Amino acid sequence: MSAGPLATASPKGFNTADLRGAGWRWRSRGAPYLFILPYLVLNLVFFLYPLIYATVLAFYQTNGPARRAFVGWGNFSYVVKDPDFHKALWNTTIFAVFSIGLQLPLSLGLAMLLNAKNDRLKSIFRLAIFAPNLVGQVFVGIIFSVLFAPHYGLLNRGLHELIGWGLEQQWLGDPKLVMPAIIIAAMWMYVGFNMIYFLAALQNVDQSLIEAARIDGAGPASIFWNVTVPAIAPVATFVVVTSTIGSYQLFELPYNLLQNNGGGYGPSNSGLTVVGYLYQNAFANGDLGTGAAVGWLLTFIILIISVIQIRIVGSVGSES
Amino acid sequence: MNALRLFLLIAAAIFAVLLPISRKAAIRYARFAVLFLVATVMLMPFAWLACSAFKDKEVLNEYSFLPPPSQMSTKTLNLDNFRALIAERPTLQGPVGFWRYVINSLFLASTLTFVSLFFSSLGGYALAKYRFRGRNFLMVYMLASMTIPGVVLLAPNFEVIWRLGWMDSYKALIIPASVSAFGIFLFRQAMLSVPKELMEAARIDGCGEFRIYLTLIMPLVRPMSGAFCLISFMGAWNAFLAPNIFLQSQSKLTLPVVLNQYMGTYQQQYGVFLAGTLLAMIPPAILFFSLQNEFISGLTSGAVKQ
Repeated sequence: MSAGPLATASPKGFNTADLRGAGWRWRSRGAPYLFILPYLVLNLVFFLYPLIYATVLAFYQTNGPARRAFVGWGNFSYVVKDPDFHKALWNTTIFAVFSIGLQLPLSLGLAMLLNAKNDRLKSIFRLAIFAPNLVGQVFVGIIFSVLFAPHYGLLNRGLHELIGWGLEQQWLGDPKLVMPAIIIAAMWMYVGFNMIYFLAALQNVDQSLIEAARIDGAGPASIFWNVTVPAIAPVATFVVVTSTIGSYQLFELPYNLLQNNGGGYGPSNSGLTVVGYLYQNAFANGDLGTGAAVGWLLTFIILIISVIQIRIVGSVGSES
Repeated sequence: MNALRLFLLIAAAIFAVLLPISRKAAIRYARFAVLFLVATVMLMPFAWLACSAFKDKEVLNEYSFLPPPSQMSTKTLNLDNFRALIAERPTLQGPVGFWRYVINSLFLASTLTFVSLFFSSLGGYALAKYRFRGRNFLMVYMLASMTIPGVVLLAPNFEVIWRLGWMDSYKALIIPASVSAFGIFLFRQAMLSVPKELMEAARIDGCGEFRIYLTLIMPLVRPMSGAFCLISFMGAWNAFLAPNIFLQSQSKLTLPVVLNQYMGTYQQQYGVFLAGTLLAMIPPAILFFSLQNEFISGLTSGAVKQ
């Protein structure tokens, strides 16, 4: 470690040892508060206050930020009965289930393939698989809106070449195929992102444990379940929980993917998500109160699911 | 039999031949083949995007990637999409060209990166290197705040911004996002390992607390700073929801919002917004390639104990 910064720091102001001592004792006491102050102020104004205020707002019907009327539980009962909200919650849940059930095992599989030692190609493959994450959801939506086009879209052409089916599939025009299209686009975007976490976890698995198991005659499947899985369980929990939270807040990807099909929500709302529903109500229709109510409902849904997931993974982790 | 099927068939045949000769070699080959296939699929949309941006609108739908060499000419491959993209358009704020949106996006993303780097590292420094009353409570509070999904704040924050008079202003996008609990924890984690004796020595030399942070601590956590800058920049560069809600003047919009508009305008001439998307991917790509290793270690540092 270089002493550069120390050498250049010249004492200013405090010349006697006593004064210097008193000075830095006071300053080092006050300093941390000063350093954390920007966070505290901004958190108060743009997090804590809005969070509390969301609770108030949820009981009002508003027309833009200026006009409002108290409606009690009206917003909640409206949302809970609204078929569009049911559709949105269903779509989002389907998306979350596929993100975790399909995308995460794929991420783990790729990470395990990449984890083998002595491989120069490893970093190239890792980069290629991670690359889609450089592109934001908006741009992924834009790119895939053309990739999914019937007849000339790359995906339809590829499918046609490979299995002789799908050239004229209306991925974004057929309500039944909209959610699969969103899931495919999201998979392309996030499979590498989650792979990075699994890869980091796999690299931290104690190699001597694996060696010991091998000497004891354990097969690859047994090593995987008894050594690897418990070792990566904390990271897997983290990935599952953050993926669920992210999945339930899906908006930008489908909104852009479906921009030219149903104005961002797909034909007959087949690609409407909960945040899309919130956006529609709060910003397109100007009812911030309903937006706040939807926000709270979604928060509770996410919190409940996260707690259940942590419990489940926790119990699995402690058994093995 | 087309080329794609033939290729897959050959790949499978090699495996079938290898398997009886050497199981180990066959597995190694299969591993490579699967990774190669996945990597190709992942990179395909990029290759397609780069090709499409340069294809003339007459041949856009004709070829999957590039036209065959015999058909290559300025009639099939040219810069028409880019010309259409950057042409100035009349708006309420006078004629506005594409470069304006590029500059807006660059300004917003770099300002936000710089400001949040400063405030987040400063907060992380306070939590990592000082014991002060309320610190533990603060950390629990911050962790709890990170579990609240951001969407619940959308509606109330809209009203906060409106009451502050920040609608249609970059203040609405920069100030609320200029420090995050996530960033503070990232820096706290990195700064914990800096030895306290180093700071004591600097204090005895008369160095102020802020100066210790700036000249002693920050240079030591440079890898984390790199990762954080990339994460912030990409987040701000790709942001769509907040700019879409808070910005109103056409001349102030950012690239994601404008490209979303162009999707409707150029529905039949999609080469134009694909050219824009290609351009929009360049700055994050440059940043990523220069900070790749820091990024991946920073990304996983919260989840994996090194």
